[in-house]
Order: sequence, then structure tokens, then C-alpha cells
Amino acid sequence: MLGVGNWVTDGDGRVTGKVKNSQGLEAYLESFKKLENGAGGPEWLRPMRRAAIARSSELGFPTVRDEDWKFTNLAPLSKRAFAPAAGADVTLEDLAPFVFRGQESARLVFVNGRYQPQLSDSCAQPGGVLACNLGQSLQLQPELVKLHLAQYLDYENDFFAALNTAFVEDGGFVYVPDGVVVERPVHLIYVSSETPAPSVTHPRNLIVVGEAAEGAVVEEYVSLGGEEYFTNAMTEIVAGPSAVLEHYRVQRESRKAFNVGTVRVEQSRSSNVACHAVHLGGGLVRNNVHPVLAGAGAECLINGLFLPAGKQHIDNFMRVEHVSPHCGSRQFYNGILNGSASGVFSGRIIVHKDAQKTDAKQTNRNLLLTDEAQMDSKPQLEIYADDVKCTHGATIGQLDDDAIFYLRARGVPEQTARTLLLFGFAAENLERMRQAPIRGYVENLVTEWLPHGEVLKKLR
Amino acid sequence: MLEIKNLHVSVEGKKILKGLNLTVNAGEVHSIMGPNGSGKSTLASVLAGRDGYEVTEGQVLYRGEDLLGMAPEERAHEGVFLAFQYPVEIPGVGSIQFLTAALNAIREHRGLEELDALDALKLFKDKIKALHVSDELLGRSVNEGFSGGEKKKNEIFQMAVLEPTLAVLDETDSGLDIDALRIVAEGVNALRSPERAFLVITHYQRLLSYIVPDFVHVLVNGRIVRSGEKELALHLEEYGYAWAGQRDPTGVGSG
Ligand SMILES: Nc1ncnc2c1ncn2[C@@H]1O[C@H](COP(=O)(O)OP(=O)(O)OP(=O)(O)O)[C@@H](O)[C@H]1O
Ligand SMILES: [Mg+2]
Repeated sequence: MLGVGNWVTDGDGRVTGKVKNSQGLEAYLESFKKLENGAGGPEWLRPMRRAAIARSSELGFPTVRDEDWKFTNLAPLSKRAFAPAAGADVTLEDLAPFVFRGQESARLVFVNGRYQPQLSDSCAQPGGVLACNLGQSLQLQPELVKLHLAQYLDYENDFFAALNTAFVEDGGFVYVPDGVVVERPVHLIYVSSETPAPSVTHPRNLIVVGEAAEGAVVEEYVSLGGEEYFTNAMTEIVAGPSAVLEHYRVQRESRKAFNVGTVRVEQSRSSNVACHAVHLGGGLVRNNVHPVLAGAGAECLINGLFLPAGKQHIDNFMRVEHVSPHCGSRQFYNGILNGSASGVFSGRIIVHKDAQKTDAKQTNRNLLLTDEAQMDSKPQLEIYADDVKCTHGATIGQLDDDAIFYLRARGVPEQTARTLLLFGFAAENLERMRQAPIRGYVENLVTEWLPHGEVLKKLR
Repeated sequence: MLEIKNLHVSVEGKKILKGLNLTVNAGEVHSIMGPNGSGKSTLASVLAGRDGYEVTEGQVLYRGEDLLGMAPEERAHEGVFLAFQYPVEIPGVGSIQFLTAALNAIREHRGLEELDALDALKLFKDKIKALHVSDELLGRSVNEGFSGGEKKKNEIFQMAVLEPTLAVLDETDSGLDIDALRIVAEGVNALRSPERAFLVITHYQRLLSYIVPDFVHVLVNGRIVRSGEKELALHLEEYGYAWAGQRDPTGVGSG
């Protein structure tokens, strides 16, 4: 293992080369040196942090020459030097628009990456359900955290996972013990607020759902201002045998923000996980969803809606791995692109050789509202088993003229007809969200986003 | 109410309607029959204002005004209704939401107050019940996953809600079993009044024994080749359309 204090000098040319071509990376390495002097967290995390920073320095920022980043140019992010985020005063009133009052089983609020107990409503039943920050989880469930944290995200090969692991400071921890059902969602809110200089946070969440347990978690990323910053958020989800989990990511970052987020799900036998995502914000967004169906009979639903406008760029990268037989995966991603926004959908389905009877389905549908909007959609099937069913389909187009005419012929004004149809397109995703308060919340966000969305308010 | 004068229509450069004349007065039911591809749906589409139909000659007056100059929604506001031959499936758009939007747009145009969601729902339930159609259709997205018969019944239900002045029914009877056919016919008959008119496009005389027309017209190759009273439909069924094109073969027709 590299010594952290000397790894820059002990590089082999390749490392220093990387450092040279990226100011951004250099800033991270600097920050890490400072952090190392007073590194927090448990002893066992330290070697992992060091390995991770060494890997991120070796890997460097991905470029468009990298097949998985072909459509997303990270230059604006890699050239920027972000400082670790400073704290800020945020009140409950500031958070009011983001809270589902009375509908959450617990709420954890992080401001500029730091846990805010005074804004939160954690849940720590002894030996029972736990919804707290990582720091507290290390006191309440140290063994469980050690067992799972950083065990699934691939920081050996994924640059952003490596960075996050090196800097992991805080995040949400949710634990639903075997057989327990938590009906209302746990809500994690990541707030970015004004900082003196562009800053970076590395939220890190761990969600563990025990055997035959059931839960729902919402991660929400919001901004109180319009500033530039970088959120590099990673979530590991461990679903035990027959566990059921609804996971939501609602991304409402500032239009100048960079957001890289990864949800890595490890699914045991007969578990059932839904990964919902709604991406409205961010200037440059990379949304990675990576479930591994490790146990036989596991099912996963990947349901996403992305709505970029202006100059936003949202890159959705799915990687669904079927490892065991009789698993099912369903991917439904819908995008509506306005202005000169651009979007990407890459849907990779990997069926490993033992994953017989795999049933994998993928659909990506996109509407372009302007001539300037742009969408790249790319399915990728890698199949190493012989008895499988995989289907995929993608469409990029405009609203259906026949449907517009049908509505108008009934008296619905053209503008309203278009708005209704756009909402209908998004509703296909919304209807798959089983948590009613979240669905309602997201419905409102979508309505506000849609051109002339106000006409829908009267119709509900 | 409706005056179609020497109407010529092309689609993608192909001449479909070639000098069609038709006058429909308030209170009348006219039936249009004709072989596949003769231009029946083209006529319906032009009346409703669908894009892609080029009127190269002639005019259409509706209550004395130029119908072809109006946007599709304006026509609906003025009381024109088309029951589509192939109703469109619209996933994600709730039937109630859609119909409320349509109804309130029309009410606004008629100077009536908007109905709120509850009153609208009550109206829809009353109307659908009166037609003996399951109100389960209301809970679904517009036409999504509906059977052929359900789609046609849904068109009639929408007509009942919107209470048009001129309703054009494009093969609303095709493919229906006898029970569904009766529902369609009752829906039309319930609306029949001295202020309303209907244009019923059909292939079969069967419907016309439930909706008794005042006039029957035979459309062949873009022209009305024969017009007559309801007996004409029976003769057509017996002798076929080729017969209708001949010069007054039986003395029944007047066209
Ligand atoms: N969009 C289109 N593009 C090209 N040709 C068309 C189009 N729509 C209709 N046509 C042609 O116009 C002619 C008349 O079609 P129309 O649908 O009006 O007939 P119809 O009398 O309603 O027939 P059917 O009894 O089968 O419903 C047909 O030859 C048809 O192929
Ligand atoms: Mg037709």
C-alpha cells in the first residue's frame, strides 16, 4: 500500500502525468493530504481511504475517449478546483419546500455535506430500525457498517467512487432489521448553500434492508442558491433475502452545479428493489444506477424521469448485472428535453453465465421539445448465458400528432393538449412510484417544470 | 347547418374527394355509405380539422360560417364532434382529466361557468350510467388498453358529455356486437333534437335500423353518386355499391 504522505512523489510518471493534466485532481490530492492529518472515522476505513485516493490519482478523470463517457465531456469539472465545503446556517424554514410534513418516518438533513441534528428527526430504536447519519451509525451498529461500507462500489475502477471513498465523511445510514416493515419513507436531504468558493461534497449513504424486511428511502439533492458546486454522492444498498425496498433519488441541484451520483445495489435471493430517479436540476449530471442481482429470483425496477432544459446535460448510465438465475429487471427511463439541453441514456445489461432464465427489459423514451435539444440513447447487451429473455427499445421524437389532434378535436386548446400529453408521458414513470407522498411531491415538481404546467393544476 | 359545396381534397398530392356536395339541416340524420377507400374518413377528418388534408377547391359552411378556417378546438367549441374511426390511445392522460379539460373549454366558449372537479365527475358518472357503460373506463387513461368496443362506446360517452350540435360518427358501429351497437344507437337517439344534426358513416344497414336516417348518401371514389331515403341503405346491402353508381337502376334513389 502506498503511504499517503508520499504517494505524489512516489508516483511512477503515470501518476504525476495525471496530476499535471488536471487542476481539479490536484486540488483533491491536496485536500486529501490535509484531511489525512486529522482524518476522522474508524481505523478500518483508513487503508481504504488511502487505497481509494491512490486509485483516483491513477485513474484520473474519465474522458470522452472512455467508452462509458463518450457523450459527456467532463472538462468543465476536471479543470475546476473545488474546495471542501464550509458549513452554513440553514433553518427549518429554508427547508420547508422540501419536506413532506408528517409523511416521513425519519428525516436526516445535511448542509454542505454535514449532518445537521437540529434540522433532522432521526430514528434510533435500540436493536431496531435505524435512520441516522454515518457518524452515529458507527456507534450504534459498528459491525454492520464495517461489514458493508465500501464493499460494493468499485473504487478500484470507478474514479468518482474512488474520490468519494477517499473523502467519505458523512451521509445517511438506514437499517431495517430482518422482518421489520417501515411503511413511511426515510428522507435524506442534501442541501447546498452559499459558500465563499466553489465547493465539493462527497455524501455517502448506506442502506441495509434485512431478510424479509421492507423500507423506503428518498435521497433528495437541493440547492438554496444558484451557485456552482460539485456533489459526488454515492449510495450502497444491501437488500437481504426477500427484502423489499423503494429507493428514490430526487435531484434538484442548482443549474450551475455538477452532480455525479451512483446507486449501487446488492440484491440477495428473491429481493425486490425499485430505484426511482427524478432529475430536474444540475448543469452537468451523471446518474449511475448499478444493481447486481446476486441471488436467485431477485427483481429490480429502474424507473427514471429526467427533464433537462436550458443548457443542462444529464447522462444516465445504467448497468444491470444478472448474476443468478431467475432474476428479472425492468428499466424505464423517460426524458423530456427542452431548450438546448442534452441527454444520454446508456443501458447496459450484463447477463453472467449462470444467470439462466434471466428476464431483462429496457425501455428509453425521449421527447425533444426543440430542434436544439439533443439525445443519445445506447443499449448494450452483454449476454453470457443461453436461456435468457432480453428486450430493449428506445425512441427519440416529438409528441404524437394524432394524440394532439384527438384532444383538440374534443375542444382542448392546443397548448393545453401539449401540456397534458407531456404530463402523460411523465406520468408513466410517476405511476410506478408506490409511495404516495413522494409521488405527489414529484408530480408537483413535474407540473411546475412543464411548459404551461399551470393548466394542469385545475384538472387535478 | 352544414353546407359542403364542390369539395375537393388531396392527401399527399393524391386526390381523394372530387367535388362533394352535401347539405345537412338541423334536426336531420344523414348516413354516408361507401366502399373502403372511397373517402368517408377523409371527409370526416376535413370536417374536424385534421392536418395534412389539402382543400384544393370548394367550401364548407357550418351555421353559415367558414368551417375550414377554424382550428380543430374552435370547431369543437362551436359544437362539431367527430367520433373517430380509430380512437387514439393516450397513455398517462386520465380520462377524467381529459374530459374535464374538454368540457370546460367548451363551456367557457358557451359562456357557462367552469365545472369543478367534483361536479364534472358527477356529470360523467351520470352520463356513463345512462348509456349503460361501465364507469370503470373513467378510471383509466384515455382509450389505453381499451377493446375495440370499449373505444367506440367511449366515443359515444364523450359525445353525450359534450352535447355537440353536429356529430360526425365515423364507422362507430364497425366491429360491434349487438349489445354495443344498441348502446351506440341509444346514445345518438338520446341526443337527437331539432337543433342537432348527425352524419353517420357506416358500411352496414344494420346500424340504420336503430338510428333511422332521414337521408342516405352513397360515396364512391370521392363523389356522392346517389342519395335517397332510408330504403336506399337496404338496396345497397342487397345490390352492392356498383349498383349505386349506375344511372338510377331502380328508381329508388334521387341522386
Ligand atoms: N394519410 C394518407 N396518406 C395517403 N393516402 C391516404 C391517407 N389517408 C387516406 N389515404 C387514402 O385516401 C383514400 C380514402 O381514404 P379514407 O380513409 O377516407 O377512406 P374510407 O372511405 O374511410 O375507407 P374505410 O371504409 O376503409 O374506412 C384511400 O385510398 C386511402 O388510402
Ligand atoms: Mg374510414
